[in-house]
Amino acid sequence: MFKRDPEDCPLSQEVTPPPPAVTEAERDELRRQGILLTSLQELYTWGNSHSVWPLNFGLACCAIEMIAASMAKFDIARFGSEVFRPSPRQADLLIVSGTVTKKMAPQVIRLWNQMPEPKYCIAMGACAISGGPFKQGYNVLKGIDRFIPVDIYIPGCPPRPEALLHGLVQLQKKIQGFKLTGPDAPRHLRDDQPCNCPVPEFGEHDLEPPANPEVWTAPPAIVRKD
Amino acid sequence: MSASDHAALSSQLSTPHVGGANVREVHDSFHGDLLEVSMGPHHPSTHGVFRMIVTLDGETIVKLKPVFGYLHRNHEKLGETVTYLGSMPYTDRLDYLSSMTNNWAYALAVEKLAGQAVPERAEYVRVILAELTRLLNHTCLAGFLMQDCGCSGTPLMYAFREREYILDLFESLSGSRMMCNYQRFGGCRVDPSADWLTGAQKLADRYGTFLDEFETLLTGNEIIIARTQGVGKLSPELAISAGVTGPMLRATGVNYDLRKVDAYGVYPRFDFRVPLGDHGDVYDRYMIRVLEMRESIKILQQALAGLPAGPIMDPKAKLRSFRPKAGEAYGRIEGPKGEIGFYLLSDGSPNPYRYRIRPPSFINLTVLEDMCLGHTVADAVIILGSVDIVLGEVDR
Repeated sequence: MFKRDPEDCPLSQEVTPPPPAVTEAERDELRRQGILLTSLQELYTWGNSHSVWPLNFGLACCAIEMIAASMAKFDIARFGSEVFRPSPRQADLLIVSGTVTKKMAPQVIRLWNQMPEPKYCIAMGACAISGGPFKQGYNVLKGIDRFIPVDIYIPGCPPRPEALLHGLVQLQKKIQGFKLTGPDAPRHLRDDQPCNCPVPEFGEHDLEPPANPEVWTAPPAIVRKD
Repeated sequence: MSASDHAALSSQLSTPHVGGANVREVHDSFHGDLLEVSMGPHHPSTHGVFRMIVTLDGETIVKLKPVFGYLHRNHEKLGETVTYLGSMPYTDRLDYLSSMTNNWAYALAVEKLAGQAVPERAEYVRVILAELTRLLNHTCLAGFLMQDCGCSGTPLMYAFREREYILDLFESLSGSRMMCNYQRFGGCRVDPSADWLTGAQKLADRYGTFLDEFETLLTGNEIIIARTQGVGKLSPELAISAGVTGPMLRATGVNYDLRKVDAYGVYPRFDFRVPLGDHGDVYDRYMIRVLEMRESIKILQQALAGLPAGPIMDPKAKLRSFRPKAGEAYGRIEGPKGEIGFYLLSDGSPNPYRYRIRPPSFINLTVLEDMCLGHTVADAVIILGSVDIVLGEVDR
């Protein structure tokens, strides 16, 4: 697992941000004068959030709605995400669009590992969230969040293209809330967070391991008190 | 590939037995090292999570091994654990581009099993919806095929623009864009309103104009002709012996359309032709689909004009605690991809004892290697595109 050396990277050190010397009204006044005043953090998250390039990767029914979202009527290009990259090396966003079977799960996780940071994951549809209508199936993974960290969950079977766009906007808001330093910094700017996830293998009955404990813990069992 | 594997494969190699102008001969004296390429399961042109292990001699395909099961969602096993009606939403997710025809094929199988009659109005509505689904599926297929040919974007944009109009109709009728869950045993769930029928009529009236536009863009295009004619030839004998159905079979010139052969529903009342191909290549498969869309518009016009009044559901149909008597039934219709059939075995319980799907795109895919041998790897992409597969149905 890749760990960043804190001495190499000043970003990861605790830096107390200086108090804002310029008020919002003064910034507006400067903007009227043709001077744009911003901070590195704002510039970074603004650029990051408006060019989230998804991976050209469809799994099942939801992939058709994902394609529909990129077509003329819904036009995902309005949000800066129309560039579907065929290679994970060039993509920022993994949209898990459909049922992940146990045969497919290792490849999905390998794709996630091949994507460079900063990277985000959207679990699109009931199947990617929990297995959905096929949850009882012997070959269906009960949610991709067992293996990779998921940023946004979009419910639906399949979600409408508008729902995908809404999820994308939520992701953009999440990115815009990122801090460059401190404990609120995102995964790729911190030392204590893993970048890669271990790829499971076929076991005798299930994937081995059946979940990644770093990103997923089993929810507490609901016991009825009689 | 090890040296012994290479020697073994080289000895098996012969000139590919498929014909056509674009088929390249493999000359033994020029053999270099064979290269194995794994296309998929993540590949933009494999139409889902399909994997092909292609053995190449230079750029020419000498062996192609498909790998299935990346989307195996246990449809058939789940169908045994839920009630008859509970399987209806699962059929939507088989071939997720054409849920209405899946619904119909399943409803037909259960109606055969239970001896359930269907009112005439419901039969007409089913025909209207099936033909709308055919328009939707074939339009999307043409768009995806052109995407595979390399005209990235534009034809698919036009196709999806039209798809949205049809999906709007589906949504206002059934409440869902893709997963309609609309047919019931003994009729349909809701009666289409007069507004809906006007909308369908409008769509049927102007769809021909869209097809004209689409064909002006594509059909006579020199690049598309160069790319698709003579590529991926399928002989009628092989198609019949492999069980290929649908537009794939008719492109080889075999006149077999279940709408004519089985004459299910009210199809015998409509006047339409079955377009047939000559060569069985990719271009013919594209053309067959365009011509079928024109016939679908004709059927739509006739069905909308002749739609009778009356109930949409058989009043005697039993929806709750539905238990057909023990027996078996096979219901099949002509789906957009070919013969979609459901085989049901009942033991008198609320669940089917055995639930089996005959998926057209899986069976059409079995001839993929025969069509691809001797072509380049770029041709394999468009041959796969012309088969029209949906992985939800292939892997089930």
